[in-house]
Amino acid sequence: MTTTTLTRRPARARTPGTPAARARRTRLLHWIAVHTVAVAAALFFLLPFVFVFLTSVMTDDQAMSGELWPHEWNWSNYAAVFTTPGFLDWWRNSLLYAGLGTLFTVCSAIPVAYALARFRFRGRRTAMLLVISTMMLPPQVVVIPMYLVWAQQLHLTGSIWPLVVPMAFGDAYSIFLLRQFLLTIPQEYLESAKVDGCGELRTLLRIVVPMARPGIAAIALFQFFFCWNDYFGPQIYTAQNPAAWTLSYGLESFKSAHSVNWNLTMAATMLVMTPVIVVFFFAQKAFVEGVTLTGVKG
Amino acid sequence: MAAPSSPAPALRRKHLRERLRILGFLSPWLVGFSVFFGYPLIATGYFSFMHYNQIEQPAFVGLRNWKYVLTQMPLFGPALWNTLWLVVVMVALRVVFGLGIGLLVTKVKSGAGFFRTAFYLPYLAPPVAATVAFVFLLNPATGPVNEILGALGIPGPEWFNDPSWAKPSLVLLSLWGIGDLMVIFMAALLDVPKEQYEAAELDGAGAWGRFRYVTWPSITPIVLFAVVTGVVQTMQYYTQALVAGKLASGVSIGPGSVIQPGYPDHSTLTVPQLIYSLGFQNFNTGAACALSLVLFAIAMTVTTLLMRKRAGLLPAED
Repeated sequence: MTTTTLTRRPARARTPGTPAARARRTRLLHWIAVHTVAVAAALFFLLPFVFVFLTSVMTDDQAMSGELWPHEWNWSNYAAVFTTPGFLDWWRNSLLYAGLGTLFTVCSAIPVAYALARFRFRGRRTAMLLVISTMMLPPQVVVIPMYLVWAQQLHLTGSIWPLVVPMAFGDAYSIFLLRQFLLTIPQEYLESAKVDGCGELRTLLRIVVPMARPGIAAIALFQFFFCWNDYFGPQIYTAQNPAAWTLSYGLESFKSAHSVNWNLTMAATMLVMTPVIVVFFFAQKAFVEGVTLTGVKG
Repeated sequence: MAAPSSPAPALRRKHLRERLRILGFLSPWLVGFSVFFGYPLIATGYFSFMHYNQIEQPAFVGLRNWKYVLTQMPLFGPALWNTLWLVVVMVALRVVFGLGIGLLVTKVKSGAGFFRTAFYLPYLAPPVAATVAFVFLLNPATGPVNEILGALGIPGPEWFNDPSWAKPSLVLLSLWGIGDLMVIFMAALLDVPKEQYEAAELDGAGAWGRFRYVTWPSITPIVLFAVVTGVVQTMQYYTQALVAGKLASGVSIGPGSVIQPGYPDHSTLTVPQLIYSLGFQNFNTGAACALSLVLFAIAMTVTTLLMRKRAGLLPAED
């Protein structure tokens, strides 16, 4: 509030010099102010990564000391993390969960989103409301009976199947997002396909899917990240079997096992963060598109 | 769509085919909704009236679980308070901070690409990894943050180990991952027509005036959207609070082991954590299901209220 009152009209009137010089000076001061704040913000966002990285290459002794810069660069910490029993299993499980989960979600969300975007039918509004409601519900609300089914009837707890199988039946968030995207495809394309004798299924596969590629890429990425980051699911369904843990879940036990060795924990943290960041740099455009899509009103 | 009043048989057949086709397209979701949502919701209701420890047969106990959860369970109050605290404080600060960073990013002229990526990056860090990193950064003994504060002569707080600092530390963690809101706000801010700023400037509006009368009116729908999604997400707040509490407690524990949730002093215990603790650590399935339904009711109420406010979630033409 104080800064706004200061930068109001009077300050400008008192500055000496020609109007052009004044304008240049104001612009320069503005540039400096904006970039100072931006650098400060960048430090806030980036320094945590820097400290985590620096600690991840410290020796055991130094990691306990509170010093910030490593005396020697102990890269073997990363090797030590990889040779931790189970770590490679967790990698494989995370990739399986994220890969299959994404595939299943995309395949099941496409027809549903298409139907909700394209057809007008009785109950469509209700269906949309139900999709949005499930999207908003805390997963803990319905987890207990689901767990009992997987554990007592299907005997599949301790594996990643209880995490992956539900994704073949449409994830509400993906359906919602993709539907919003499909609404932006002009109906004329679909009509002309119909005139050309395309059935609905062919229209969907030949016309809609290629046109909706950015939207599909966005939901695929979101789902990949969701699975990779998921903690609650693996905690419920895989806790009793360490060989079925995912990276996100296993990471926590890392700290417990190496309770004093922050360096190894930080190396493991780096290894869990890196894949998502690499994926992001390869798919930046689709990702940003997806984030803004959530805010788009159809 | 209104059905025609007297359809010819051929037309009716066509109608039926159309119906079946729509059902076919919707079928993955219809199955998923009934099996993974409808059934467990009904079953949760059933178990909430049962005594069930997952070994013996469920036994009907009437309202006893409900009475226990709502009036006798000592942790219900703190959990509800913490969840509401986080919903109010975390969402408010995230929206304000996200808007600020969004504004900043639209104003930066040099190195815009670098700053945008730098501000966005933390949002990508997996929650568990980000939480582990923050518990390390903020650990009172040797954490870099307190080391630096100490070097500046400021005594650092105990962060995740102090009941009154634990929730603010979680808020700090959530502000670090502001990238999602930054992108949404950035897009909204770039959509504000340039001419309106010029017109306002001609009318003698200062920086605040331009924000108040030009920027704000055109971004209010997005702000509302950010608040709604923020409230919904924060009511589910689970992973970060749980992991931070477990790690900061320093007890050597593996996942799945039984500890008092919400370290320190239940200050990070949220309602979803309490459900987990009741159902999967105490095996009090009945009480856990009753509490699930309480959370369900709160979430539904809030959602309905927010949706009625035209939060932009349901497109206008629906």
